[in-house]
Amino acid sequence: MKENSSSKQVKKDSPASRLKRSQRIRLIIQACFAALTNGYLRGFVKHEIYQGVTKYICVPGMNCYSCPGALGACPIGSLQAVLNSRDYKMAFYVIGFLMVVGSLGGRFVCGFLCPFGLIQDLIHKIPFFKKLKRLPGEKILRSLRFVFLIVFVLILPLAVKDLTGLGDPWFCKYVCPVGTLEGGIPLVLFGNGFREAAGFLFSWKVGLLVLCLLLSLLLWRPFCRYLCPLGAVYGLFNKFAFFRYTVDETKCTKCGACEKVCGLGIPVYEKPNSIDCVRCGKCVNVCPTKAIRSGLVLPFTNRKSVSDTDQN
Amino acid sequence: MKRRLIPFFIAAGLLLTGIAFIVIGVTRGEALTVFQKAIRICLECIGIG
Repeated sequence: MKENSSSKQVKKDSPASRLKRSQRIRLIIQACFAALTNGYLRGFVKHEIYQGVTKYICVPGMNCYSCPGALGACPIGSLQAVLNSRDYKMAFYVIGFLMVVGSLGGRFVCGFLCPFGLIQDLIHKIPFFKKLKRLPGEKILRSLRFVFLIVFVLILPLAVKDLTGLGDPWFCKYVCPVGTLEGGIPLVLFGNGFREAAGFLFSWKVGLLVLCLLLSLLLWRPFCRYLCPLGAVYGLFNKFAFFRYTVDETKCTKCGACEKVCGLGIPVYEKPNSIDCVRCGKCVNVCPTKAIRSGLVLPFTNRKSVSDTDQN
Repeated sequence: MKRRLIPFFIAAGLLLTGIAFIVIGVTRGEALTVFQKAIRICLECIGIG
């Protein structure tokens, strides 16, 4: 009897069961946060958007403010809205917000708090398709998100203005599939007048969205790894955010289990704080020696780590 | 310990700068610009404008 319960305990603490449990918890957090930040149900019924005071505040993840349920503002949309206005050449409010969130948790937001991340995660769970780890030209494709950040989110909204002094939100207008999914499709399907107004641009954006969602069947988080300018910003904070990963060199056997389970194929034992890492926590739970740990890393915390010397 | 202090001070510095930026942005009226954009359906964002 005693032996049976101890073997059950061992099974419960095995890497596989830890992984399953942690990913279930992550899914619940993602779903709750998505519901919390898109909780304006009246918007879906009446085909309108929320106009209350919480829209002064940015949400941490990619969440279109034109989604009928959205209660907050999308940081990437807001950044462009300030830069393409007549009055400002610098967006202190949104950049400050990104600095605060980034310095606290880096890309933790991507793994746990982004609604579009949740959608991609759910689609990737659909079986029957051979899952890929990377596409040809992966390294170049991954740098695209910085191009979108610098060119489409910062330079073009700031530099290209019409006669009235107003610019376009270039990333939202020509690229962002999140706005199409959360705002465009519900409003065009059910809102009066929107269907007639939808033309080539809408078809282009729906095409990008469909491509993104189809790719999610094969590849883990294609939008996050190739396109997302918000992930590009938060990734820059991964190396020194208060919330970081550490690897205990005395425990790590470099077995590669972390790299194998990682959807982005990051060799976590070498680069625990890679700019690509979305902090999903799979590596932490799958590590057979529990060498990888996540949490707040402060000067007085007692951790033997390689994360502080990680130069990659 | 020393190697851990550097990222700590970078993160703390960025956090404090971020808070200062938010305060500056609010006083310059940027939060109002964000609000005004966020309470109207953004036609560009949804692929119509």
